[in-house]
Amino acid sequence: MKCRGLKKTYKRTGLAAVDDDSEVVAVDGLDLDVAAGECFGLLGPNGAGKTTTVEVLEGLLEPSEGDVTILGRRWAKDETYLRERIGLSLQQTFLPDKLTVVETVRLFRSFFKTGRTVEETIGLVALQEKAKAKYETLSGGQKQRLAVACALVSDPELLFLDEPTTGLDPQSRRMLWDVISKFRNEGGSVVLTTHYMDEAERLCDRVGVVDHGKMIAIGTPKELIASLGGSHIVEVQAEGEALAALLPAELLTLPSIHACKPVLGRMAFTVGELHVALPAILTAYTERKLTVKDLSTHSATLEDVFVHLTGRQLRD
Amino acid sequence: MIDAVKARLGSIWQLSMMRWRLFYREPGTMFWTFGFPMALSIVLGIAFRSQKPEPVVCGVLEGPRAVMIQELLEKSVDVRKPDVLSESASDAQLRTGKVSLVVVPTDPPTYRLDSTRPESRLAKALVDDALQRGLGRKDAFAPHSDEVTAVGSRYIDFLIPGLVGLGLMSSGLWGVGFSLAEMRTRKLLKRFVATPMKRADLLLSFLVVRAFSLIVELPPLLIFARVAFGVRMQGSIVVFALVCLVGALSFSVLGLLLSSRAENPQIVSGLINVVSFPMYLGSGVFFSTGRYPDGIRKVIDVLPLTALVDALREIMNEGTAFSPLVLRALAILVAWGVGSFLLALRLFRWR
Ligand SMILES: Nc1ncnc2c1ncn2[C@@H]1O[C@H](COP(=O)(O)OP(=O)(O)OP(=O)(O)O)[C@@H](O)[C@H]1O
Ligand SMILES: [Mg+2]
Repeated sequence: MKCRGLKKTYKRTGLAAVDDDSEVVAVDGLDLDVAAGECFGLLGPNGAGKTTTVEVLEGLLEPSEGDVTILGRRWAKDETYLRERIGLSLQQTFLPDKLTVVETVRLFRSFFKTGRTVEETIGLVALQEKAKAKYETLSGGQKQRLAVACALVSDPELLFLDEPTTGLDPQSRRMLWDVISKFRNEGGSVVLTTHYMDEAERLCDRVGVVDHGKMIAIGTPKELIASLGGSHIVEVQAEGEALAALLPAELLTLPSIHACKPVLGRMAFTVGELHVALPAILTAYTERKLTVKDLSTHSATLEDVFVHLTGRQLRD
Repeated sequence: MIDAVKARLGSIWQLSMMRWRLFYREPGTMFWTFGFPMALSIVLGIAFRSQKPEPVVCGVLEGPRAVMIQELLEKSVDVRKPDVLSESASDAQLRTGKVSLVVVPTDPPTYRLDSTRPESRLAKALVDDALQRGLGRKDAFAPHSDEVTAVGSRYIDFLIPGLVGLGLMSSGLWGVGFSLAEMRTRKLLKRFVATPMKRADLLLSFLVVRAFSLIVELPPLLIFARVAFGVRMQGSIVVFALVCLVGALSFSVLGLLLSSRAENPQIVSGLINVVSFPMYLGSGVFFSTGRYPDGIRKVIDVLPLTALVDALREIMNEGTAFSPLVLRALAILVAWGVGSFLLALRLFRWR
């Protein structure tokens, strides 16, 4: 799967549109390659353009500019071919309330020429016990699993999942991760969007970080974390007269410190060796007559990559 | 090839089953399709049941001859025993319609009435008759009267085909229009379009289910009307069913059209109300369209519900089959159906 220079703009709606025909740029020139058998994660804050990107790839939205090739074909020419071979779940779908799990899966199965059996699909997402329960009586996690079942019922080559685990408890999330990993291990390709770093790190071979419609970083989770230069993050919150004198440039000269950036009232240091950097940081603060109020350290994650790239937290 | 056809039919079957399950598992639809028309026919059937003719009500203004006139009128079966009223009471009762006429006991008597009111004119004829006879007028002859209350000419006979037509309109507009808009809001249409499902299959399944639900929808009201009020089907049940089918499909497609753009079910409810309310009142469900002026009738006559109700009424009460009126009604319904369908094809939003 391949896309080049993808751009999607929406007309601004509402009263403002009358005297101003400006547009909302949801996706702003995005390039993406996903190899067969790969699991690719799109990571980004609310409104970054993840859903828009995925829906263009799914052939549900027309791109304003750019070019999309899926399984070597294009939507305009081979829609039927592609629809038979991709599975997807939208960020928000409400399946019919009064249909049971079996009835819903059977309905979706009937749309495809080939695919798994209904029982097998329900087994895949472990909903056997709820097979006869109506959609309206399912819990949030069970509804999500049913949505994934509808995506898997055709045994697709390529699976698109838009925020499959948002709002679920840790157990349901792990359960869905297993389903997705299994699908990938059997040779399927996956494109998923998420807000969760741990999800991306666990599941995805490669991750793209999207912000304001642009891809700001792309690579394996390891590569992205390595790009920070250090493997630990130290966050310091301090108080004192000379807070303004705390210049990042000066701090960067301290030993084993690769980067530092103020984030939400704290200073975040990207650090190579904790035992070298930590005393140096504390000395620097004491010299400047700053009282350290709070200090914490953790191993670097994708979250830190995002913070480093944008100066913002991933979730507001 | 055969497999492809099989798969396609399988998909239409599953979609139809979805539609059917959503229909019968929703308690609200049950009430509106079955309970409501029956309740309405009970209420209206009782309110307008055939009764013995009511005697007319009049009053006598006080005066020397008042008691004599009161006694003369008392003898007539057509006039209820009148009260003797004061000047102010008689004015008030006449104005509010408590009495249809006041006899002023002059010699000869004076009748005080508002002749634009039909019941007052009737009262005048009957009171005059009673007084003239009482004071010695001889009739030229004594006529025989031959009383008939024909089944098929009562209000309930008029009402039932109207209610059948009304039910077909509501089920079509709400069942199809509202459901489709709801599916769009729930992003279910979008989810379906993201599969290889043929869009025509989804629409077809709605029509198939509408057609089949007639089998369970029509008999209860017709049987109830027969048992409770003795309303009979004078014409062919097959022709009746055919007209119902064409009407049901025509209204379903109209529902499809109304739902083709709407972002949410509320917008569709509004549209359905706007479209159906004029037909509710204008199309002769509850009273004959003959009461409207000619100019308005020209419009009313080509409305789908008018055509449907007129045809059903003729088949049920007059016992005709494919009369010119029925054929014309079928043509009007088909025209509405085809027109709405073509427009809906252009307008319908799937996402
Ligand atoms: N139909 C639309 N009309 C106008 N603007 C839209 C429309 N859909 C999305 N947008 C805008 O495009 C931008 C990207 O939206 P998108 O839904 O792709 O974000 P997202 O990354 O999926 O966010 P989230 O994490 O909240 O799901 C947002 O600014 C949004 O307001
Ligand atoms: Mg989204």
